Amino acid sequence: MSSENPIIEFNDVNKWFGDFHVLRDINLRVAKGERIVICGPSGSGKSTLIRCINRLEEHQQGRLLVDGTELSDDIKAINAIRKSVGMVFQQFNLFPHLTVLENLTLAPMWVSQIPKKEAEERAMQQLRRVQITEQAGKYPLQLSGGQQQRVAIARALCLTPKIMLFDEPTSALDPEMINEVLDVIKELATQGITMLCVTHEMGFARSVADRVIFMDHGQIVEENTPDEFFNNPKNERTRDFLSKILSH
Amino acid sequence: MSSQPFVFEPIASRAPPRPVGGLLPWVRRNLFDGWTNILTTLLLLLLLALALPPMFQWGLMHAVFGADNAACRAAEHHGACWGVVAEKYRLIFFGRYPYEQQWRPMVACALMVGAIAASCYRPFWRAWLLGLWALVLALFFVLMKGGLVGLVAVETARWGGFPLTVMLATLSLLIAFPLAILVALGRQSHMAGIRTLCVLYVELVRGVPLISVLFMASFMLPLFMPQGSTIDVLLRVLIGMTLFTAAYLAEVVRGGLQALPKGQIEAAQSLGLGYWQTTRKVVLPQALRLVVPATMNTFIGAFKDTSLVTIVSLYDLTGALQLALGDADWRKFFFEGQLFVAAIYFVFCYAMSRYSLWIERHLNTGTRRE
Repeated sequence: MSSENPIIEFNDVNKWFGDFHVLRDINLRVAKGERIVICGPSGSGKSTLIRCINRLEEHQQGRLLVDGTELSDDIKAINAIRKSVGMVFQQFNLFPHLTVLENLTLAPMWVSQIPKKEAEERAMQQLRRVQITEQAGKYPLQLSGGQQQRVAIARALCLTPKIMLFDEPTSALDPEMINEVLDVIKELATQGITMLCVTHEMGFARSVADRVIFMDHGQIVEENTPDEFFNNPKNERTRDFLSKILSH
Repeated sequence: MSSQPFVFEPIASRAPPRPVGGLLPWVRRNLFDGWTNILTTLLLLLLLALALPPMFQWGLMHAVFGADNAACRAAEHHGACWGVVAEKYRLIFFGRYPYEQQWRPMVACALMVGAIAASCYRPFWRAWLLGLWALVLALFFVLMKGGLVGLVAVETARWGGFPLTVMLATLSLLIAFPLAILVALGRQSHMAGIRTLCVLYVELVRGVPLISVLFMASFMLPLFMPQGSTIDVLLRVLIGMTLFTAAYLAEVVRGGLQALPKGQIEAAQSLGLGYWQTTRKVVLPQALRLVVPATMNTFIGAFKDTSLVTIVSLYDLTGALQLALGDADWRKFFFEGQLFVAAIYFVFCYAMSRYSLWIERHLNTGTRRE
């Protein structure tokens, strides 16, 4: 389960929101290319966990290493890590004042200083990957939710990240659009990119994940292969959770 | 189980029912539907019938248009004396600027208004526009001040009328706007020192009337300066107005910053954009377009507030009117003079307000669901 050279390493990481202890003694090693699904009830700290990896949240105790760099207050190190960590949000968070193409070229042009033409070529390549090239000139709010989320995935991929973080990527979508987004993520999963995905799509977890992590009350309750996790959960709390979300 | 499932067949789309066109149906629908509307319409028509004829008779029918003082006096009480404008328009427009040199403020104003008009057009929002402004401002001051290229020098105390109004409004807004953005960002800074400084600035300046600011800038500032050093009164007033307007604008901009969803900043951060890149490319373009109406409100206010510089003996448009009415022969007809100056202000303010509506719609392309 753990590997010799993890790309992400949590060592006794703790975090509080005010007095609320949101992450408790987190220890986690993610191997390069590993695909991990994180699930758990709301408020269990799963979003906070992955948001620590690109420092949208700061951990207060413990050590957190991403791609060989320890996360600290060093702004330069953080921006370097953010370049190699892509993130997809529940609410898409596309920039509404920019066209789809401009959304995709913004970071390559300003962060990586790639010339406009090359950035646009790269962007079109990613749009092809998520099958949405024909919308390049439109503004995000003119697209459907599923299309917006696919654009958001393409935007994150434009910096050719080593790690992709998905924070409930399908929770804000209409049921009929969930699959078009999951298909894109599944395709990505075959490319060897390291992925951490917070989701309650258990079918997706079963077919894509190398490892499933269950969190509750800010701690990792159980981590296992999908087969073991779904068929033979060790912890009673996991069993209880699974029975609730799989029964309907 | 049934053997044959129903096949879903969508109903073909049809054209919407045509609205009944024409003037009469419109009038009935909008002015005479229901008792309250009928009553309101009739009342307003009655008011118009009472007000319009006397206004028409006073302003046009019995009015004197030539600069004929005797005719004006004869027509008093039943006709307007537009003669006061005909007689004094040069004084109203250019104040105490030397009479035979008044082509200079005229050209200077035309340049300034031209630059403003060019700045309103979005495809011109490029780097060269800044160069254009630098050039226009330089030309403006060379023309007004003189003492160069064979132009007679004219001291700033004699500048007045419309050029003064336009220059004060334009320059103070041009400097106040970027300053306001910095102050608004500073109020949200995580650095306590900068935050406190910005809060103090806004609260102190907002808590004082503009008249006091101008008065202090004009009379008290020199007391604190070392002996012998003088700053031009115009410059002092300009600094006072800029600082005053920037405090108000900063609060407007802050409103826009706060309305921006946090996810936008997080998305920019997750892409590795730094603070200034995020601010310039993601935060400000969205925050500023949210506050276009409130910004224009402040702009219009600042434009009219330039009239307060009369208290420190600068003769802007309203001040120049007072100069013109100093003539005992024409003093009686102050009302017509005031109407004329009010009309000039109105033209500019109305243009600003229409532009605000236009640019708001223009900037929102794509950011609203159609």
